[in-house]
Parts: sequence; C-alpha cells; structure tokens
Amino acid sequence: MFPDFANPAEWLPWAFASLMGFSILVYVVLDGFDLGVGILFPFAGDVEKDRMIGSIGPFWDANETWLVLAVGLLLVAFPTAHGMILTALYLPVFLMLIGLILRGVAFEFRAKAHAKHKALWNNLFFVGSTMTALSQGFMLGLYIMGLEQTWATYAFAGLTAVFLTVGYSFIGATWLIHKTEGMLQIRAVRWARESLWGVILGIGAVSLATPLVSVRIFDRWLQFPEALWLAPIPIISGLLVAWLWRMVRQMPFAGDVRSWQPFAVATGLFSLAYVGLAYSFYPYVVPERLTIYEAAAAPESLLIILVGACFVVPVIAGYSVLAYVIFRGKATELRYD
Amino acid sequence: MEALDALILSRIQFAANISFHILFPTITIALGWVLLFFRVRFAQTGDEKWMNIYRFWVKVFALSFAMGVVSGITMSFQFGTNWPGFMETVGNIAGPLLAYEVLTAFFLEAAFVGIMLFGFSRVPAWLHMLATFLVAFGTTVSAFWIIVLNSWMHTPQGFEMVDGVAFATDWWAIIFNPSMPYRFAHMLLASGLTVAFLIAGVSAFRWLIGDRSRDARTALKVGVTIGACLIPVQIYMGDMHGLNTLEHQPQKIAAMEGIWETGPNQPLLLFAIPDEAARENRFEVAIPNLASIILTHHAGGVVQGLNDFVAEDGTVMHPPVLPVFWSFRTMIGTGVAMLLLSWATVFMMWKRRRMHVDPAAGHWLAVEGLPKPFFWALVPMAFSGWVATLAGWYTTEIGRQPWLVQGVMTTEMAVADVPAPMVAGTLIGYLVVYGLLLFAYISVIVYLARKAARGDDGRAIDMSHSGKAQVAMLQPAE
Ligand code: HDD
Ligand code: HEM
Ligand code: HEM
Repeated sequence: MFPDFANPAEWLPWAFASLMGFSILVYVVLDGFDLGVGILFPFAGDVEKDRMIGSIGPFWDANETWLVLAVGLLLVAFPTAHGMILTALYLPVFLMLIGLILRGVAFEFRAKAHAKHKALWNNLFFVGSTMTALSQGFMLGLYIMGLEQTWATYAFAGLTAVFLTVGYSFIGATWLIHKTEGMLQIRAVRWARESLWGVILGIGAVSLATPLVSVRIFDRWLQFPEALWLAPIPIISGLLVAWLWRMVRQMPFAGDVRSWQPFAVATGLFSLAYVGLAYSFYPYVVPERLTIYEAAAAPESLLIILVGACFVVPVIAGYSVLAYVIFRGKATELRYD
Repeated sequence: MEALDALILSRIQFAANISFHILFPTITIALGWVLLFFRVRFAQTGDEKWMNIYRFWVKVFALSFAMGVVSGITMSFQFGTNWPGFMETVGNIAGPLLAYEVLTAFFLEAAFVGIMLFGFSRVPAWLHMLATFLVAFGTTVSAFWIIVLNSWMHTPQGFEMVDGVAFATDWWAIIFNPSMPYRFAHMLLASGLTVAFLIAGVSAFRWLIGDRSRDARTALKVGVTIGACLIPVQIYMGDMHGLNTLEHQPQKIAAMEGIWETGPNQPLLLFAIPDEAARENRFEVAIPNLASIILTHHAGGVVQGLNDFVAEDGTVMHPPVLPVFWSFRTMIGTGVAMLLLSWATVFMMWKRRRMHVDPAAGHWLAVEGLPKPFFWALVPMAFSGWVATLAGWYTTEIGRQPWLVQGVMTTEMAVADVPAPMVAGTLIGYLVVYGLLLFAYISVIVYLARKAARGDDGRAIDMSHSGKAQVAMLQPAE
C-alpha cells in the first residue's frame, strides 16, 4: 500500500496519485452539489430557481477548478495515462465539456439576457448540468470496466451514468436543505428522500461490479486478513446510509437545527465510497494496464511541482474556506452591489 | 491518409478552441484592472457615476469570465485528447508550468471572483477592493504562465533531450526564455487595448442611442484615453517583438514579410498574394527598402528569405506563407486604425473641452463636442481588439509550423490516434456551440447597453440632455 519513502521514483508518483485522488474527491463533492442543484432545476418554481442559483453562484467556479487541478495533475504526473484515458474516453469527455460550457455560461446569461430568454437559459442550465453528470458517470463506468468498449461495458456505464446523476442530485438536495428555508427547503428534503435510492444503488452496483471485473480486486477485498481491516468501509457506509435515510424522513427540524447534517453525512458517504474505489484500483492508473509507477513523469519535474504545491495548497484551502464563510447562512438573491 | 486527416482536423479543432478561449481572457485580464480603477475612484470620490460604470462593466466582466473559464477547461482537456505526443515529449517542461498556472492563478481567481461579484454589500470596502485586485492579479499571473509555456515552444532553451524526451536542466532559462518578455508584454497590451476599445465602442453606442448620462460619457473618455496611451507602446513593443523573432525564427519573419530570396534592400509589401507553388508574390505593392530598414535599421541590411528553408530533398521547413502574411497585415492594419482613431478622438475631445456641460469644473476632455462620425467610427471598433489579437496569434502560431516546439518536435509528431470521423464530429459540435455562444454574448452586451441607455438598470438617471432618451424612458420596458 505504501511506497518506499527513500526512493523518489517511488514515493513521488504515490504522492501525486494521492494528490490527484484528493482533488477528484473534492471535485466530486463540491461540483457534485452544484451540478445536483442544476439537475433539480426544472422541479422548482421561478422564484425558487433564483434562490437555488444564489446558493451556488459564488462557489461554482472555484468548485470546478478542482477538476482543472485533477486533470492537470493527471497530465503532469502521468502523461502517458492522460493520453490513454482521454483518447479512450474521447466522446464522453466531449459531451462533458459541452455540458460544462452550457451550465457555466447559463449561470451568467440567465441573469443578464432579455427576460423573455430567461427560460431558455434555465433549460440550458439544466441540460448542461445533467449532461455533465451523465457523462461523468459514463466515464466512471467505463473506467471501472478497464476502458473496454463493448456493449456490455456500455450498458454498465449507462447504469453508472444514471446513478451518478441521481447521486449528484441527492448531494445537491442536501446542500439546498442547508442553504435554503421555507417551501424550498421542504422541497429539497423531498428531493433528497426521492434520490437517496440512486446513491444506494450506485454504490451497490459499483461495489459488486468492481471485484467481478478483476480477479485482482476480488482477491484484494475478500482475502483474509485484509478483508478484516477493510470491513469498516462497508459497515460505516451502511450506517451513514441509515442515518441519512432517517434524517431525510424527519426533516426539516424545528428551528432549522442540524440542517447542515445531511450534506456532511453525504460527503462522508461519497468519500468512503471513493476511498474504497481508490483502494481497488491502486496501484493502477489505467486499470490493469498501467501503474502509477510506470506512467510517472521525471522525478525532477514532479519535485518542482510538489514543492510549489506544499506552499500553495494550504493557502488555497484557506481562501476557499474564506469564501464559504463570507457567503455562509441561508442563500439570498445574488446582487452585484 | 487517415492519420493526415486526423492531423488536419485536430489542428483545426485545437485552433478553433483556443481562438474561442482567447477572446475572453483578452477581455478579463485587462477589465479586471480597469474595474479596480473604477472601484477605487468610487471609494476616493464617492461619486455615484463611478459606481454606475462599475456596475455596468462588472456584468460584462462576469459574463466574459464565465466564458473564459468554461472554454479554458476545454483547453486543458484538449492536450490529452488531441495532442498526447506533446506531453510525452515535452511534458517534463510543460507539466510544471501548467501546474503552476492552476495552483497560483486559477484557484486565486476562482475563489475571489465570487467575493468580487457578489460581496459588495457583504464584506468591508477594503476586502472588496482586495478581492477585485486579486482577481485582476490572478488573471495576469495565469496569462504569465501560459505565455511562458507558449514562448518556450517558440524559443526553447534550458533542457536536454534524452531518448527523445525533454528534461529540464535550468528552470530559470525555461521561464525567462528569449521571446517570453516580448510576448507577455505584447499580450498584456493587447488585452488593455481590447478592453479600451470595447469600453469606448459600447459607450459610443450608448451615446448614439441617446444616452447622455455622466457614466456613459466618462466611460467613453476613459476608454479612448487608455487606448490612445497604450497603442504607441504596443506598436513599439510589436517592433521589438519582431526583431526578437528575426533572431530566433527567421523563417517566420520571412513569411510575415513575404520575402522569398535572401538579400539586401528588401521592400515592405503593402499588398501581395504570396504564391507558394510558384515561390513568388503576385500583385505586389511595395515600398522599396523599408522592410530592410525596419528589420536591420539600414536599407542595405540582408534579410533571410523563405527559399533558405527548403531542404535539399525538397522538404519545406517554413510555415505556409499566405495565412502568416495576411494575418500579420490584419494585425498591423488594426493597430494603425486604433492609433489614428484614438488619437484623433482624444485630440477632438481636448479641442472642444470648453463644450463640457460643466465648464467650470475645468475638464480636459469633453464628449459633447465630438462630431457624430467619431461615434460612428468607435462603434465598429468595439471588437477590433479581438480581430488584432486573433490575427496576432495566427501570425505567431502558424508562423511556427511545421514545428510544434521549434527545432524539437513537429506538430505531426504530437497528434492523437483518434479516428478522423470522431474528430470531425466533435469539431462540428464545438463550432456550433461556440457560434451560438458568441452570438449570445454579443447580443447580451448590446442588450445591456440598450438597457443602461434607457436607464432601467437601477442606475442614477441623468439624461437631461437628450429628448430622445426621455421619450425612450417613457416607453414601457420591453
Ligand atoms: C493570455 C492569456 C491566456 C492564454 C493564452 C490561455 N489562457 Fe486559459 N485563461 C486565462 C488566460 C489565458 C485567464 C485570463 O486566466 C482565464 C480566463 C477567465 C479565467 O477565469 O481565467 C483562463 C481560464 C482558463 C481555464 C479555467 C480556469 C478556471 O477554472 O478558473 C483553464 C483550464 C485554462 N484557461 C487553460 C488554458 C490552456 C490549456 C491554454 C493554452 C493552450 C490557455 N488556457 C490559454
Ligand atoms: C491564446 C491564443 C492562441 C491562439 C489564438 C492560438 C492559435 C493557434 C492556431 C491557429 C494554431 C494552428 C496553427 C496551424 O496548425 O497552422 C495553433 C497551434 C498550436 N498552438 Fe496555439 N494559439 C494560442 C496560444 C497557445 C498557447 C498558449 C499554447 C500552449 C500552451 C498553444 C499551443 C499550441 C499547440 C500545441 C499547437 C499545435 C497544434 C496545431 O498546430 O494546431 N497555443 N495555435
Ligand atoms: C501595429 C503594430 C504592431 C506590431 C509591429 C506588432 C508586431 C507583432 C509581431 C511581430 C508578432 C509576432 C510575434 C512572433 O513572431 O511570434 C505579433 C504577435 C501578436 N500581436 Fe502584434 N503587433 C502590432 C499590433 C498589435 C495589436 C494592436 C494587437 C492587439 C490589440 C496585437 C496583438 C498581438 C498578439 C495577441 C500576438 C500573438 C502573441 C505574441 O506573439 O505576442 N498586435 N505582433
């Protein structure tokens, strides 16, 4: 699991894989919630839509930057893998980019364009968010299938696409529970309730499929004694699901207490699922084909980046938190003055 | 043949994506600083007009920023999807530069742009100004890193090749490579000019449709003045840049000037149609000796011609001449137009300064006295910065071909093994989306200008000088 820390050709790729894994996780949670809000868009009324935008407006750009960092790290640290993965996922990547473009610009256009075009941009906001989520889920599925392209793997990828989309709308709903009040909050609770199944089915399907695709992963999860110290992952996940299940059935609580909890618990659940997945695939960056050690760039170049990252990442974390603190509390309408 | 098709299509796709992307950074880099200026003026004077100007342009900024971000994300995927060979060969150098851009610039911009846009009444004034500053600073830093990389591809140094892969030996030499300072300065000035003419053009448009508010007038003056100050610097910088290129990429200069044969007394071509098959120019209109004078500072100076860059076996190692030649002339032409228009406008506003509505205040410039044709000329120049910037990039980038990294790898070596129909399909997809977005972007700017001119954007209204505007105001909002 852990590399030889005396040998830069070993620990540097490992450190970069961890850093990349971390930024993908942060991306999935953070952009997950604002894509989720976009997916839920058509189910809300006009005034509520503005409020929903208000809850993500100051954050979405910074959230999306984690994707840029993740792809950047893949490109920088594992250039061969970057080429292999992105050429294999050429079409879904294209669809995701179009989705990201539509959703990102719709944010701005819906507020600035002529009132009669607002509905159009609202629709594009929904379409963009959904397209992004679907293509990310599709890519996840294909990746799990070792980037094999057959009808069976496409079918599986189709399933993960739907589950991830529902999963994003779930975390989006929990974000809204935290950031809104009144009718919209009640609706958000209902959305969370209705989309929780997607999270459960999604995690279940991926957990079942991964070991079946590869003997190596199968052994890793079910061999004694590793299986023992891995057991907490599925057990805690189960408990978190039960907690969420109960909570979204009882919310909103009087006085708005604990409105932050569903989002926090959902984040925990996503993280656990992600750690499980990462554990399965380590040390491969292209499943069963290329390990992080084989794909790594020259140690000198990686070191230069790592030194910078050590100084800069804490600062980034600092001002990202600052932004969340400044815009804490219930979402209000966004204004430039 | 298959590979060749994918190569051409990948190149078109990359060019289309980056051309679309660069339009918006060009605006945000400088507009960030200009907004900071408006914001600080408001803090200093407390005059509502600065706030109104800020409020108008911050919308344009937000829109441009969003377009810049989403098209930039496309760019960062393009490297992997279309040019895997690029990273495999020079990834050890390009990688850290791109990573530093993300770490030092993108997060900074992205985190503070929220505070800049929506934090006005949530945070203290100093923090709002700081956020505005950090966003402007972030866009500039991001331009710095990407220009470093791009310049390194034109004038690579500070590395060694081992088994066909580049390894960095001297980061200082890589970052401060010979063409970087010129290219960076030229690009920042290009951004400043683009914004200057955009502000001037949109404000002139507002004047023409009857907006006589103080903020439209002030914005017009600010825009034209910035333009008039920057354009001479840009022309000087461009000349220096060209001399630097002459030293490092003589084949590019030969293509820009349409020079086929090496020799002294090269003329400056005002018009020509370079014909690569015949290896000569058609329909030349030329000023004798001038190219030699510009490039070597004396009429007898020898300038290398394109024929020097054809190998014994007939392999052409110089760029396609026609597009480089003409995009260079498009940029220069736009620059000259900017010079003439901005100087004439400032001169006119200065001559008629007494016509200012508030003569007692002792203004240096007055919009009131400016004859109509000046407004008519400023409006189409609103997007002239885009034209010149794109033309400049086409000159630089096509002028580098067939090299991707000068002397290290050719573009052909970098292309991905993706089936041509797939590249073609996605290319059409991008073009359609980009076309529609560009249309929407310009329409919204026009719409915002009309709305502001009507005074229904929440701005303190001051239209007392235009009957037409008052009529417009009485009409119900659409
Ligand atoms: C001279 C300026 C310049 C040039 C040549 C480029 N960019 Fe850019 N880019 C910017 C200047 C910029 C910027 C001003 O910093 C942007 C525009 C809006 C923004 O947020 O940042 C930006 C945004 C931006 C983003 C989104 C950042 C975010 O999420 O905030 C990415 C991923 C890229 N760019 C990537 C690229 C790549 C891979 C390029 C070249 C191949 C490139 N850019 C050329
Ligand atoms: C932002 C302004 C830029 C514009 C408008 C631009 C435009 C272009 C164009 C038109 C080409 C095609 C040349 C040809 O094939 O004949 C090209 C090539 C290329 N440029 Fe740029 N470029 C810009 C900046 C950059 C930067 C900053 C980088 C790298 C960091 C870059 C990397 C490349 C690469 C890899 C190619 C080769 C692919 C190709 O030939 O199409 N460009 N660019
Ligand atoms: C009129 C005088 C100008 C001169 C003499 C000039 C000169 C040049 C030269 C020689 C290049 C090619 C650099 C290379 O060899 O790689 C260039 C590129 C470029 N020019 Fe200009 N230019 C002028 C005006 C402008 C204007 C008005 C703009 C925009 C507002 C502009 C924007 C650009 C850009 C964006 C590039 C590509 C990036 C770069 O290489 O710097 N130029 N210019």
